Amino acid sequence: MKTVKVYGPGCKRCETTAAMVREAAAKLGIEVDVEKVTDPRSIAMAGVMSTPGVSVNGKLVHSGGLPDAGRLEGWLSESS
Amino acid sequence: MNVGAARTIRRPRPEWPWHLGVAGAVLLWGLLYHLLGPLAERLSGQVPVNRHSHAGEALAFFFYDVPKVMLLLTLIVFAMGVVRSYFSPEKTRALLSGKREGAGNVLSAGLGIFTPFCSCSAVPLFIGFVSAGVPLGVTFSFLIAAPMVNEVALVLLFGLVGWQVALAYLAFGLGIAILAGVVIGKLRLEGWLQDWVREIHSGAAAPGGVAGKRLSMADRYRHGIEAVREIFGKVWLWIVLGIGLGAVIHGYVPEDLMVRIMGADAWWSVPAAVILGIPMYTNAAGVIPIVEALLGKGAALGTVLAFMMSVIALSLPEMIILRQVLTLRLIAVFIGVVASGILAVGFLFNVLF
Repeated sequence: MKTVKVYGPGCKRCETTAAMVREAAAKLGIEVDVEKVTDPRSIAMAGVMSTPGVSVNGKLVHSGGLPDAGRLEGWLSESS
Repeated sequence: MNVGAARTIRRPRPEWPWHLGVAGAVLLWGLLYHLLGPLAERLSGQVPVNRHSHAGEALAFFFYDVPKVMLLLTLIVFAMGVVRSYFSPEKTRALLSGKREGAGNVLSAGLGIFTPFCSCSAVPLFIGFVSAGVPLGVTFSFLIAAPMVNEVALVLLFGLVGWQVALAYLAFGLGIAILAGVVIGKLRLEGWLQDWVREIHSGAAAPGGVAGKRLSMADRYRHGIEAVREIFGKVWLWIVLGIGLGAVIHGYVPEDLMVRIMGADAWWSVPAAVILGIPMYTNAAGVIPIVEALLGKGAALGTVLAFMMSVIALSLPEMIILRQVLTLRLIAVFIGVVASGILAVGFLFNVLF
């Protein structure tokens, strides 16, 4: 079980990113708990300066723009 | 199984197909741009409307300007997407932290053009900057320049109005961002941040960001293509609507009306344009075709530029987003300082041109 956090104030790209995470996890057969972080303070404290940001098990792996689908699968399978 | 094993060793793909593809696309672009004029003439010739009537002129404008602007946007947005892939908010922050005011404001406004920025991440970016020791005034220079001086606005001004006006917009947009940041810095308003932001500001170490990844040239091209897709997904409707409306103004609004309400003699038109621009919110694309048509009908350049800057740089939605980190007093100062700068530019242009 992995905890994935998607940081973003709730713009369209953040929604898309969260959906992409779920999709990638389903494809890899990894169980994930996707949490959307929308509070600006928490976003900033996580070190995300451009949204959407993505962290896997507490480690920030991406910030700014939609993540690349291939890279996303890499991050998800990497830290197991 | 061999296939699977081979796949795990990822050889870097050759990049020459990308370079070739981009070069080919640029050539094709040049050809299209070159052919645009005659093609537009022929198209509007097909419509059974007198070329020299109001409707005919409006149509020619529509057939020629829409594709021209689209072509220009594609090229420049792609190029800027590639250039922006060399910048990131994290790098910009590292460059700016600890910079003194003055030089820091100039650098900050300049970086505002090239750093990828979207108003939806204005708040995390603001906190990221301030918590890393970027002075408040320098942060504001960035926040003003980033939305105001953008390539969509510049391309549309260049394509529809002329390079002189585009250059003036660039110079004065940067000037306002730098000066407003200097003024806000001098006022020492750090105390007017929301309490929780101040706490981060005055102690805690700056939160770290993502470790930078190396991008190949192909990745950068992909960034450019992504930027084009995004801009077009967002603005094409505005452009078409704006140019359509511009065409109507072009063809039907009587000349002396515009001279009277937006001409250089009506001094009050500049502040009126700024005030009108604040609640209006559209991206640069929607407003500029209207601007071009207004100029064509004798509205004064300064008034029109002031209107445009106000619409783009002072937007109510962005203020509402920033309200999470700034107190109302600080937002009021921000609006006041930026609006004064825009007013000054408006008056200056009306006097000079």
